[in-house]
Amino acid sequence: MTDHTSAYDGLLGDDSAQWAFGQDFEDPLAGVDTTLAAGVDGAALAAYCLMLGDDALVHSHRLSQWASNAPDLEEDIALANIALDLLGQARLLLARAAAADPSVVPALPAGSPVPPEDALAFFRDDADFRNVRLVEGENGDFAVTTARLLLFSTHRLALLERLRDSVDPVLAAIAAKGVKEVAYHRDHAARWCVTLARGTEESRRRMRAGLDVVWPLHHELFRTHPVEATAAEQGFGVDPAGLAADVDVLLEQVLSVGGLDRPTVPPTGPLGRGAGRDGRHTEALGRMLAEMQVVARAHPTGRW
Amino acid sequence: MTTAPAQAEEASFEATLARHDRIEPRDWMPERYRATLVRQIAQHAHSEIIGMQPEGAWITRAPSLRRKAILLAKVQDEAGHGLYLYSACETLGVSRQELTEKLIEGKQKYSSIFNYPTLSYADVGTIGWLVDGAAICNQVPLCRTSYGPYGRAMIRVCKEESFHQRQGFELLATMMRGTDAQRAMVQESVDRFWWPALMMFGPPDADSSHTAQSMAWGIKRDTNDELRQKFVDMTVPQARALGVTLPDPDLVWNDEKGGHDFTQPDWAEFRDVVSGSGPCNAQRVAHRRRAHEDGAWVREAASAFARRQQQEPQQQEAVS
Repeated sequence: MTDHTSAYDGLLGDDSAQWAFGQDFEDPLAGVDTTLAAGVDGAALAAYCLMLGDDALVHSHRLSQWASNAPDLEEDIALANIALDLLGQARLLLARAAAADPSVVPALPAGSPVPPEDALAFFRDDADFRNVRLVEGENGDFAVTTARLLLFSTHRLALLERLRDSVDPVLAAIAAKGVKEVAYHRDHAARWCVTLARGTEESRRRMRAGLDVVWPLHHELFRTHPVEATAAEQGFGVDPAGLAADVDVLLEQVLSVGGLDRPTVPPTGPLGRGAGRDGRHTEALGRMLAEMQVVARAHPTGRW
Repeated sequence: MTTAPAQAEEASFEATLARHDRIEPRDWMPERYRATLVRQIAQHAHSEIIGMQPEGAWITRAPSLRRKAILLAKVQDEAGHGLYLYSACETLGVSRQELTEKLIEGKQKYSSIFNYPTLSYADVGTIGWLVDGAAICNQVPLCRTSYGPYGRAMIRVCKEESFHQRQGFELLATMMRGTDAQRAMVQESVDRFWWPALMMFGPPDADSSHTAQSMAWGIKRDTNDELRQKFVDMTVPQARALGVTLPDPDLVWNDEKGGHDFTQPDWAEFRDVVSGSGPCNAQRVAHRRRAHEDGAWVREAASAFARRQQQEPQQQEAVS
C-alpha cells in the first residue's frame, strides 16, 4: 500500500500537474483557433451559442439539485454525471460566445479575475438568459425529471448530430463531444420512462403526470428564432424546426414501448410575442438564478 | 460447548490474522468480528452518504463553473464510496436496505463531523482540506484491514479522498490569493472546523471502548491519539503555506516528543454531538429519510419492472 500511505505528500509541492483541473483557471478554449469562418457573423454566433449554452447550464443546474435526493445511490451518480456533462457543454459554449462577440459579456469591476464564461453565467439577469422554458422548471418528482430529460435529450441529440457539420470548427467540435454524452442521457431517460410506465400502477400514473407537466413546453424547442434562422443560413447552426419530425419518431417509440399515450395537454403560449429564446421566462428561472449567482455576485472581484 | 471442528476454524482464523492475510466473505469468522465489521463499515458508508449533504448544499451556489463541476463530481464520488462500502457490508450478510433503515431510525451512527453546518463557500474547501484530510489519516491504515472486501474498497476510497483533499486545499489557496473578504471567509471557516476535525479521530485512547479488540482483530491499525497526532503534525505546515492561523494558541512544536503539543477539543461537545444534540443531527437524518421515502415508489417500480422482464422474456425482446 505504499502508494496510499502518504496521502499528504506533494500537497505543498509546486507540481501543478497534480491538481485535478489545473492549479489556475484554464481557458476552456485554450489552444483553439476561435477565428470566425468566412460569412459568419460574430454577434449571431455568440447569440446562438448563448441559447445552446444556457439550455445546458440551466438544465444541468436543475439536475444537480438531485444530489443527495435521488431515489437510489446509483441514480444519484447517474444524474450527477448527466449534470456534469451538460455543465461541461455550457462552459465551452459560453466561452465560445464570449470569444465570438466579447460585447455579450457583462462588465465587471476593473481588475476582476472572473473569466468571461463565468461572467456570462453568474452576472447576467434572467431576461438575458436564452434557454428554452422547458429546462428551467422546478424538478418535481422523479417522473417529471425523467420526462423533461427525455424531451430535452432527444431534441439535443438530434441537434448536436447536425451541428457536427457546423462551419464554425469550435461549435462542430463541441457538438462532436456532446453527441456521445447526450446519447447516454437519452438512453437513460428512455429506459426510466419505460421502467416507470411499466412498473407499478403508481409509477405509471406518475409517469403520465410527469409527461403532462413538461409536454406543453416541448413545442418551444422547435420554434425557429430569428437567431437560429441566421445560424442555419450562415451554416454554423441548425434550424430547430427541421428536427421536429425526427424527434417525434423517437419519442413515439419510447411512448409506445411504455404503452403510454401521447399527452393531449395544450402547448404553453408565449409571453407577449416572446419565449425563452427571447429572454421571456417562467417565474422559476429568476428564483433559480438568485440562488445560483448569490456567491459570485457578492464577490465580483473574487478569485475562485 | 466448543467442538473440535469449530476450534480448527477459529485456529485458522487466528492464523490468517497472524500472517496479516485477508479474511474473505466465505471464511469462518467469529460472530463478534462480523458484528464489529458491520458496525464499522456501515458507519463509514453512512458517513459518506450523510456527508453528501453539507457540501451538496453548495452545488447550486458554487461561484464559478469550474468549482461547480469540481464540487458536483466530489459529491458524486461520495455516493460512489457509499456504494462500495454498502457492497462490502452486503458480503457480511446485511443488505443496503436494512442499513439505510437503521440509519434513518437513528440505530446506526455516522461521522459526527457532518452534524456541523456549512455556512460559506470556504467551508467546501475546509471540508476538503481538514475533514477529508482527517478522514484520510483514519482510512489509509484501513487499506490493510483484515477483512478483504473492506480493505479493497478502502484502496479506491482513499485514492479519491486524497484527490478531494487536494482540491479543497487548492480552493482555499486560490481564495487566499483573492480579496480580503475571501481571506476572512477562509479563516473563519478554518476556525470553525478545526476542533470538529480533531474530534474525527474519536475519543482519547483511554476512553475508547472499541480500540483494543479492533486492533487485535486487525480491523483497526492505529489508536485514535496516534492518528490525531499525525494529523496535527501534517496540518501545521499546510496552514502556514496557506497563510491561515489554526485557532489554538497552545499549538507548539515539542522537540522532545518530535511532534506538536496541542489543545484537546471539547470532548463534552463531542459526546453531545454523537448522542444527537449537534447543530444539524436532526436535519441530516430527516433529509436522508425524506429522500429515501420519496424514492420508494421509484425503487418499487424498478423491482416490479425487473420481475416482469424475467417473467416475460419474449415480450421484452419484442419491444426492445
